[in-house]
Amino acid sequence: MTSSVSASLPRPRARGSLGKLLADDKLATIALFLPPALLLYTLFVILPIGEAGFYSAFSWNGFGSPTNWVGFDNYRYVFENRAFGLALRNNVLIIVVSLLIQLPLALALAIALSERFRGAVALRMLFFLPYVLAEIATGLIFSFVYDGNYGLLASIWRLFGAEAPHLLASPQTSMLAILIVIIWKYFGFHMMLYIAALQGIDRSLIEAARIDGASRYELLRYVVIPLLSPTIRLSVFFSVVGSLQLFDLVMPLTRGGPADSSNTLVSFLYNFGVMRMRVGFGSAVGVILFCICVTFAFTYKRWMMRDD
Amino acid sequence: MTSPSRTRRRFDPAPLYKALFLTLVAAFVAVPLIATVLGGFKSLGELRTNPFGLPQSWEWENYWGILASKRYWMLLRNSLIIASLSTFLTLVVAAMAGFVFAHLKFFGSRMLSEYLMLGLLFPAATAILPLFIKVRDLGLLDTYFGVVLPQVAFSLAMSILLFRRFFKDLPPELLEAALIDGCSYIAYFRHMTLPLSRPILATVGTIAFVHSWNAYLVPLVMLNSDNLYPWPLGIMVYQGEYSADWHLILAFITLTILPTIVLFLLAQKHIVAGLTAGAVKG
Repeated sequence: MTSSVSASLPRPRARGSLGKLLADDKLATIALFLPPALLLYTLFVILPIGEAGFYSAFSWNGFGSPTNWVGFDNYRYVFENRAFGLALRNNVLIIVVSLLIQLPLALALAIALSERFRGAVALRMLFFLPYVLAEIATGLIFSFVYDGNYGLLASIWRLFGAEAPHLLASPQTSMLAILIVIIWKYFGFHMMLYIAALQGIDRSLIEAARIDGASRYELLRYVVIPLLSPTIRLSVFFSVVGSLQLFDLVMPLTRGGPADSSNTLVSFLYNFGVMRMRVGFGSAVGVILFCICVTFAFTYKRWMMRDD
Repeated sequence: MTSPSRTRRRFDPAPLYKALFLTLVAAFVAVPLIATVLGGFKSLGELRTNPFGLPQSWEWENYWGILASKRYWMLLRNSLIIASLSTFLTLVVAAMAGFVFAHLKFFGSRMLSEYLMLGLLFPAATAILPLFIKVRDLGLLDTYFGVVLPQVAFSLAMSILLFRRFFKDLPPELLEAALIDGCSYIAYFRHMTLPLSRPILATVGTIAFVHSWNAYLVPLVMLNSDNLYPWPLGIMVYQGEYSADWHLILAFITLTILPTIVLFLLAQKHIVAGLTAGAVKG
């Protein structure tokens, strides 16, 4: 009976009311589904970064309200700080080592492990495992490895009758020690990206090049690497972004020392801003880090990843 | 059958190099981990003379002592609560927003979605001091939610991006048919989208859980009381207290990374897919 009633209704009106119904429903859905995300995101992501810009113009210890206006002084103090220069240098160093050692290593392993043989999958998982471990645990494991009395490295040295080096305790070697841990922890992640990309490559292209007599090197240089270039660009992007936010790994190893030789930008922010509750100074560091991140992301996306 | 006499070739050294290379890298990765696990079974004296090999006598007390302590279980409980809350909230909030951006066109939707994507560009560390002050002013300092809400907020951009992409790829005929049959968007989300989205829920959930489980900076800044500490904070305190007792620290490390390793072995596929898909945030 209802169906005959609705069938007898003029069609345009039915569609109209359905349209109105849908519009109400649409509005209700938006009003219900969007605010939680917008609220959380605005409150805890956008406002704080804006406030960092505001606080960075004050000398403030976080109590009461900021009243001591100092203009751009905090930025000047940051740039004049020797430890900041070192932290910046360390971040650049991490990026360079990631690009020159970690990425080639990851690519070589991906190529070696993309072929099927017994144990290939197990090795992939083993190499990816460090990426899943917490940075804190990784840092502690390696502070044991490097320990001058009980560590693995020390006992290797002792085997050859040499005095064990205290890598983490010397400003000359602390960063080297951290760089090795960074490679240990992150190469597996990049390897997985490359393996996924290699699996997407059309095997017939490689077969064709082989039949045409391409050597192993030529195959790599002219076929595989060009086909992987979107992934390589992505992997470079992750290396840089990862380096810019590196913190957890540094804390258990050196806390940025000795003599500020192994700070990253974030550990500098923590040691000099958060620990001493210098809100203005720390916010200035945050704003500088923010500018570096955003500038990098925009230029890189524009120039390197525009076809992806 | 290939006859070796006819296809007689020069000895090819490449596979040998490859095996050597893989063995070296495998040792580089595995030795520190194995030494950590075994080190927890040694006495301090033996650790010094024999850091690599199997223990001469297995000191189970190191492990039992920690497993019997209240402290270990409290750290795991705190981490579990924080990571579960973060994961649950991220999934609910991001899936709803992702649904709106995937299916509903409205004035300003593009702008809003770009506004949310700004969060992909910078890490939480950049705003950690104002974040601390905000959490303090909201009265959430030294509570689970003081850690959970910022973590959720900073994982939203990536999660919404992943959800929106997945929802858009679901067959559009489904939604059209459901709407014509008088189904509301919300009912469709509840009864069609979510059941079809198990893979993406697993991916986003994995990323959120692993990041929160391993997180250090945000809990470090937001929490003061030991009894709320998640394990990365707790283990740093433990290391501070037992600074030279490496055998105990190694046992503690082993027991705290054990859940991660077990989970990883059980759900490798999801974890690899999830972490490589959502890696923009490190």
